[in-house]
Amino acid sequence: MTATDPSPNHLQLTRDGQLRHFLTLDGLSRELLTDILDTADSFIEVGTRSIKKVPLLRGRTVVNLFFEPSTRTRSTFELAAKRLSADVLNLDISTSATSKGESLSDTLLNLEAMASDMFVVRHSQSGAPHFIASSVTPGVAIINAGDGRHSHPTQAMLDMLTIRQNKGGFEGLKVAIVGDVLHSRVARSQIRALNELGVDEVRIIAPGTLLPRDVEDLGCTVEYDMKRGMKDLDVVIMLRLQNERMEGALLPSEREFFRLYGLTEDKLALAKPDCIVMHPGPINRGVEIESSVADGPQSVILSQVTNGIAIRMAVMSMAMGGQMAERQYRQTHTNQEARA
Amino acid sequence: MSGVNSNSRLVITGGTLFDGEKERDNPGLLIADGKVAGLGARVRESHAAQTFDATGCVISAGFIDLCCNLREPGNGQKGNIASETRAAAHGGFTTVCASPETSPINDSGAVTHLIQERAASSGAVRVVPVGAVTRGLKGELLSDMAGLKSAGCRLLGNGSRSVGNARILRRCMAYAETFGLTLMFSPENQALAADGYAHDGQVTTRLGLLGIPEVAETAAVAEMLLLAEETGVRLHLSQLSCARSVDMLAEARQRGIPVTADVAMHQLAFTEESLASFDSRFHVRPPLRSEVDRQALIKGVESGVIDAIVSQHLPHDTAAKQAPLPATEPGLSSIESVLSLGLELVERGELSRSRLLQALTTGPGAIAGQSARLDEGAEADLCVFDPAQHWQPSVSALVSVGKHAPVLDRSLPGRMRLTLVAGQVAWRE
Repeated sequence: MTATDPSPNHLQLTRDGQLRHFLTLDGLSRELLTDILDTADSFIEVGTRSIKKVPLLRGRTVVNLFFEPSTRTRSTFELAAKRLSADVLNLDISTSATSKGESLSDTLLNLEAMASDMFVVRHSQSGAPHFIASSVTPGVAIINAGDGRHSHPTQAMLDMLTIRQNKGGFEGLKVAIVGDVLHSRVARSQIRALNELGVDEVRIIAPGTLLPRDVEDLGCTVEYDMKRGMKDLDVVIMLRLQNERMEGALLPSEREFFRLYGLTEDKLALAKPDCIVMHPGPINRGVEIESSVADGPQSVILSQVTNGIAIRMAVMSMAMGGQMAERQYRQTHTNQEARA
Repeated sequence: MSGVNSNSRLVITGGTLFDGEKERDNPGLLIADGKVAGLGARVRESHAAQTFDATGCVISAGFIDLCCNLREPGNGQKGNIASETRAAAHGGFTTVCASPETSPINDSGAVTHLIQERAASSGAVRVVPVGAVTRGLKGELLSDMAGLKSAGCRLLGNGSRSVGNARILRRCMAYAETFGLTLMFSPENQALAADGYAHDGQVTTRLGLLGIPEVAETAAVAEMLLLAEETGVRLHLSQLSCARSVDMLAEARQRGIPVTADVAMHQLAFTEESLASFDSRFHVRPPLRSEVDRQALIKGVESGVIDAIVSQHLPHDTAAKQAPLPATEPGLSSIESVLSLGLELVERGELSRSRLLQALTTGPGAIAGQSARLDEGAEADLCVFDPAQHWQPSVSALVSVGKHAPVLDRSLPGRMRLTLVAGQVAWRE
């Protein structure tokens, strides 16, 4: 059971507003988001050295706890942790303990007994990292690597870093997110980050069956017609479409989806000439994006992957710093109490 | 237990008396042989072996809960008749209608008798078993309705589950009408609710939770009202959650359809925002909906369109709620906080105290076939609570096996001081 404070920040921030977990972008200020981007910028240089390591997490144990299969996110988290000099343990839980009937709480107790300092959690259920953060022993940092349809905050932040690198900032930008917003944790985090960082407009382009109820309340406009929606865009973010969407009667066919919502050279020509094309990956060529666009000059899809390592290094080091500060606070506090 | 027993005489003095309809100054209440033996001037303290000073308190007819899960038989780790009827008494309830959703399911006279026997031996309050309307609650085949009726069930329902399709629902109604039974349904269209577990609205959109749209309820309400009109069965719509359902209900009543309804107290006190920090306690079904819905439901109680407030008490062991929200089981351990949450609504000026108490006594009593009047000669089923005194529903203060009460971290008004069932002490502070 968690506290009744509706804001997530009692959970993810320290007393003085530092990160101690990284669960969601909800409630995080523009200053903190900018701080994450700046820290990541400083780590990009590390990746260009011949010895790509800094000792920030030396002696720490990071456990990659993936309850849902993932290749890219897990390997960038692993690389990020290793570049911070941490010891890394990869646990693919989707094929081990929980399938043997062990509850999530029991799995966690076992892992905590191994004296881990940080869990990087990917889970198919929205809110799982919140649940873990509210039940682990103090001092263990939780990083959300994607939960259900809820949040994928490191993905959104690496996208923000990519936008900032290409556009210099956020003010005045018109950004579109195209495709399956309903099922997308990435889109929810992106909409939140873009709004907080002060873009001019976040535009959702999708058919009615792929939109959450009252999506405008998240801070975006909705456009059904992609051709109209491409007008004046600085950034277009394509979302991955899962094959099973046809089975749930959300869409008639991949072919019709591609015709209406696939990003082609023709449609891209309707945006600003310097509009960049992004995709969280893995891409479905010919379903949501044409190959020539994915590989074209306006695509920044591969630099998103590089930026992912830097963002994850930033978030991991910041959360560990917050946990250290908390620990120190608790120690001084107990000492003071002991003296008194 | 105290020294009060059915043979002794007890006089309750002071406070106000809510007799099921109105609240007035307590003229003095004499209880003897399990009944209300005297009211007013004829009652003298010398008549009694004992007196109870209720100064500052409300003496109310005992509360009647149309929707309560006692978890026995079958779910001992989540509760049992002894623990949950004691929790009910702590909440001021003197009669609880026990959901058929037990293991085995109460779809035969034999299970009904088992529940009645356990209630007689270990229950602290009256237990009225609700029979299953379909066999195994599967929504496919009719249960032995006549057999359930002769075992003592007046109300039949399908627990928290839906009846498979409209054709079966129509036959359930026509068959139940043959025996003058009342059918009680929590309206939900399964296809529309699908895998959802939270109100399809702002919070599900923000948190990426799977929503249950309002139309999952309203479509089912419309279907049930039309079928009830056609078959003539007495229909009770239980645990409403949507504003539109209240409108449809009011219209149906105007047309003369014999339909009644209840709402769970948590639907009057909380909204979808309770899930904003993934608090699994507020994973309930039907889900907590919007503020607009909450206000419409309160208005429905105030106007009398909604007859009763229920606890929808659904106790769990802690493991059932210790998981990511979507993986937890729905339900609140609510029966001990119903009155207190209602008194908060009264304090905030959202609901009148008389309607709150009517919706806990005579409203549900008429549906369950239980008298809820504190008249002379009536059964001495009553509770005495202090509306101004606070208590904190902490894990240790809660009597129920389920510790997932809606409020745990602050105090609530309405301390229960005494609950009597047939003059016997079921709860005493």
